[in-house]
Amino acid sequence: MLKLPIYLDNNATTPLDPRVLEAMMPYLTEVFGNAASRNHPFGWAAEEAVDYAREQIAGLINCDPKEIIFTSGATESDNLGIKGVFEMYSQKGNHIITATTEHKAVLDTCKHIEKLGGRVTYLPVNAEGLISLEELEAAMTPETILVTIMYGNNETGTIQPIREIAAIAHKHGALFMTDGTQAVGKIPVDVLADGIDLMAFTAHKMYGPKGVGALYVRRKNPRVKVTAQMDGGGHERGMRSGTLNVPGIVGLGKACELAKQDMAADTARLSAMRDRLEKELLTLEESYVNGSVEHRLPHVANISFKYVEGEGLMMGVKDLAVSSGSACTSASLEPSYVLKALGLSDDLAHSSLRFGLSRFTTDEQIDYAINHVKEAVTKLREMSPLWEMFKEGIDLNSIEWAEH
Amino acid sequence: MAYSDKVIDHYSNPRNVGTLDKSKKNVGTGLVGAPECGDVMRLQIEVDETTNTITDAKFKTFGCGSAIASSSLATEWLKGKTVDEALAIDNMEIVEELALPPVKIHCSVLAEDAIKSAINDYRVKNGMPELEMAKSHH
Repeated sequence: MLKLPIYLDNNATTPLDPRVLEAMMPYLTEVFGNAASRNHPFGWAAEEAVDYAREQIAGLINCDPKEIIFTSGATESDNLGIKGVFEMYSQKGNHIITATTEHKAVLDTCKHIEKLGGRVTYLPVNAEGLISLEELEAAMTPETILVTIMYGNNETGTIQPIREIAAIAHKHGALFMTDGTQAVGKIPVDVLADGIDLMAFTAHKMYGPKGVGALYVRRKNPRVKVTAQMDGGGHERGMRSGTLNVPGIVGLGKACELAKQDMAADTARLSAMRDRLEKELLTLEESYVNGSVEHRLPHVANISFKYVEGEGLMMGVKDLAVSSGSACTSASLEPSYVLKALGLSDDLAHSSLRFGLSRFTTDEQIDYAINHVKEAVTKLREMSPLWEMFKEGIDLNSIEWAEH
Repeated sequence: MAYSDKVIDHYSNPRNVGTLDKSKKNVGTGLVGAPECGDVMRLQIEVDETTNTITDAKFKTFGCGSAIASSSLATEWLKGKTVDEALAIDNMEIVEELALPPVKIHCSVLAEDAIKSAINDYRVKNGMPELEMAKSHH
């Protein structure tokens, strides 16, 4: 029997892989030492585990193990990377370039930078969610110290042209940072080949535990430094103080090792399931894919269903745990700023569903999801006066709506 | 958000979904709300002109579960009422019946507006003066 509701919100978080939990267990029980304790075997065992995790992570993203700074998660890594570079390179300039579709951890950090006197350029995106390389080039100035553009988008899965962006940043003497939260562990991310100087990522989006993440900070060509945002014992080469979360770090390491090992098989299976889900749902009239179909993470589909309302749709797909483009938990409706940035109208942004598949998603679950969504959309449209008008060929824009 | 059992019932088994022939003189149609606000309700009544009684009511709603339930409930209540009785329906009665939380009160207001708008349409079609909307919202 299929267990309901079905979890298809893996861009929010993934379940812990049992193999990761197994690797973590000893460090939650008998191996409890502080990795900074240099004087006894308890500390040595913890440090050894942390160093091994660094190697597992380095193996996934092709860096030196010393280039990994452990943090509490991607939000902290984004903060440390952006604020740390802004402080460290203030002599050189105060200009940062990012995009309007970034995660709030980047956008709100950039807003903070502006309050500190920095200048931030927010690049727009096209209908697919991609930034323009010409606009990036034009925005570069001698004061630009950092370009920070996410690898893959959390709402649409759109993958930015990372290598080209990095090349432009470097050509103008700026560092390139990327929020790799959704991409690391899902698609091949190679910091050397991609030209990434800093990268934020987290364990719980790739079947690891919550509360642990990392910031990759390049040590060679160029040697990048960030000013610590957390003062204390000088852990992590002075860039992030605080006793290391040893079980979490072990979990992140194991999650990275598994991601590397399973990536090809996972990607093939997930993209086939995602494509089937998408193809079936697009057989509904007036349904649209949001974001780039060509440049996209393999496990994400974001689809809008015109003429149904978002909250009603969410209620109709109660057997699925999915996200909607509508943040309407109150009377004030706030459609997703990411979908709005792609040029979607409010109604299409509201009536979107984001499906995030995982290693644990089954074909049976996808079959159920397809039927469930089709039924809900069809039923709501039969109830929708807007659908009736559309079917009668009435232009909805020609109607004088009684605004309320 | 947790919905009340009554909202879930009306959402899952909406009463009187449909369309009446709006070209008929004894059918009044009210279309309220706006797509960009996330709610559009169309409520229609058919009136027996000799008794001034509502013999049929239909709705279609684009909106959240509470909006669908509010309009579904409204059509249930309208049938068999005289037009004057229908005019007396207050949005707070809908709030109470469906146990709507404060953030969803606007759904009941919209349903009341839809009722009054349908009645007005019927009145105008039949040579009666348009009524002032008692409540002006938002």
